[in-house]
Amino acid sequence: MQAQASRTAAASDDAASRPAVIEARGLSLTFPADDGPVHALSDVDLTIRKGDFVSFIGPSGCGKTTFLRVIADLEQPTAGEVRVNGMTPREARLARAYGYVFQAAGLYPWRTIAANVRLPLEIMGYPREEQEERVRRTLELVNLTGFERKFPWQLSGGMQQRASIARALAFDADILLMDEPFGALDEIVRDHLNEQLLKLWAKTDKTIGFVTHSIPEAVYLSTRIVVMSPRPGRIIDVIESTLPRERPLDIRETPEFLEIAHRVREGLKAGHSYED
Amino acid sequence: MRRAAGDAGPVLCVLMAILVLWYAAAAALNLQWERDQAERAGRAPSLTQMLSAAMSQDRPVLPAPHQVAVEIWKTTVDKKITSKRSLVYHSWVTLSATLLGFAMGTLLGVLLAVGIVHSRALDLSLMPWIIASQTIPILAIAPMIIVVLNAVGISGLLPKALISTYLSFFPVAVGMVKGLRSPDAMQMDQMRTWSATTAQTFWKLRLPSSMPYLFASLKVAVAASLVGAIVGELPTGAVAGLGARLLAGSYYGQTIQIWSALVTASILAAALVAIVGAMHRRVLRRMGAAA
Ligand SMILES: Nc1ncnc2c1ncn2[C@@H]1O[C@H](COP(=O)(O)OP(=O)(O)O)[C@@H](O)[C@H]1O
Ligand SMILES: [Mg+2]
Repeated sequence: MQAQASRTAAASDDAASRPAVIEARGLSLTFPADDGPVHALSDVDLTIRKGDFVSFIGPSGCGKTTFLRVIADLEQPTAGEVRVNGMTPREARLARAYGYVFQAAGLYPWRTIAANVRLPLEIMGYPREEQEERVRRTLELVNLTGFERKFPWQLSGGMQQRASIARALAFDADILLMDEPFGALDEIVRDHLNEQLLKLWAKTDKTIGFVTHSIPEAVYLSTRIVVMSPRPGRIIDVIESTLPRERPLDIRETPEFLEIAHRVREGLKAGHSYED
Repeated sequence: MRRAAGDAGPVLCVLMAILVLWYAAAAALNLQWERDQAERAGRAPSLTQMLSAAMSQDRPVLPAPHQVAVEIWKTTVDKKITSKRSLVYHSWVTLSATLLGFAMGTLLGVLLAVGIVHSRALDLSLMPWIIASQTIPILAIAPMIIVVLNAVGISGLLPKALISTYLSFFPVAVGMVKGLRSPDAMQMDQMRTWSATTAQTFWKLRLPSSMPYLFASLKVAVAASLVGAIVGELPTGAVAGLGARLLAGSYYGQTIQIWSALVTASILAAALVAIVGAMHRRVLRRMGAAA
């Protein structure tokens, strides 16, 4: 830990100067269940700063989704506190602080791609001309220009997920929460979308919270990787990436990349040994 | 269009089978009377003679299909629409009550469903009554409704339409409750992340999601409405409508008239269901379904 910390000191200095966007202190969430309570999150502390790309990785049931849902005010914590842009999650939700991308694209089959992206804008009451402008701009951002009038069933799974990202970006939330957005897609499509997501992140300066099962995906995308373990759901390790912000796909063969991946794997192993 | 032509084959097959069975049944049921007549008169006609006589009785136990067809032709095409003997006139009397009752039943069913989906109290308090309402045999209470409404000066179209309403609101309410609840947890969460109001969630998610359920219910409801209107014409001895024709026919043993009214009612029901089906396809197309 110590060596790692000093090696990434330069990066952390820069990080410390940026404002905290998401802060969790002593966060716990217990679901009541018939066969005893489920400790989905237990005493979680985490600070996410502006412009961070934070990945959450860990085995199924370690509370990754639950953590994102608490930030999004879709679940209420049983103890501890979360601040989003200095507000409670509820206030942040009402202030449209975040866009949320679910694992399934969840596009409405009766709406065209443009109309799907326009949906949150309609709900939020943007003026008509601004809706059109934003739809055009966000579809361009995810490379879906020309597909405005298509219906979701006419698009591939990867394109549908891009449309759902566009929908989360259409209103200017500076936080993007993504729960295994590419989990259902094949590897080739996934690589492509990862590359595009990084470009999009560089262009828009968003803060991104990203849940994944895949170690290479987490290492490739993130500035910080949060390794979690189940029963009770908690944070095992937070790894600061030493990779540059500019990342071509073949960075995944560099020793630096493999070293970070190794550390993530070690963290995941340590988490598992708790159980047996 | 091509699909419509493809669908016609099986439908025609079934229609042929029904006609064959119908002729067989008519022969079997009417022959007895011919045999008795012949015996009494001391004649011994051949089977073919008896069969042809059985197919052209004035008051057969079961009229043959062609007798019904001729009767329908005579009372539609050959009669002025304004005539009291015109089946078109009687059909219109029943149809107008059906449509009014169907419209009211649909409205009531949708309103109940909207209330039930949005309020737990309404869900708990209304749902048992809605289900209980359908265990009451409509034939038992139809006369009471008609008589009571007549007593307070409401007669004609409305009492019949109310019975149609009573029969048609149920499938619509049950179907719409299911349809409005069909969005999954993720879709509802998504609305919450956008801080959508209940009304916005209703118009943009729940209502469009419920369309397939609505139209499935409407097909049942429109047929039930027709039954309701006919039942509403039976108890008071109404002078007009398909129900009145049924009743008059049975008073005077006019089986051909009864069966013409029955066949007309089924044609009407099939047409109504087909119209709802066409509306469904139109809505689906407008909602971007694969053509
Ligand atoms: N609504 C809920 N009710 C009860 N238990 C839940 C609920 N949501 C999640 N859990 C449980 O909480 C734990 C963490 O779930 P989750 O956050 O979905 O894990 P992950 O996303 O890391 O796979 C799991 O054991 C899961 O079964
Ligand atoms: Mg999950």
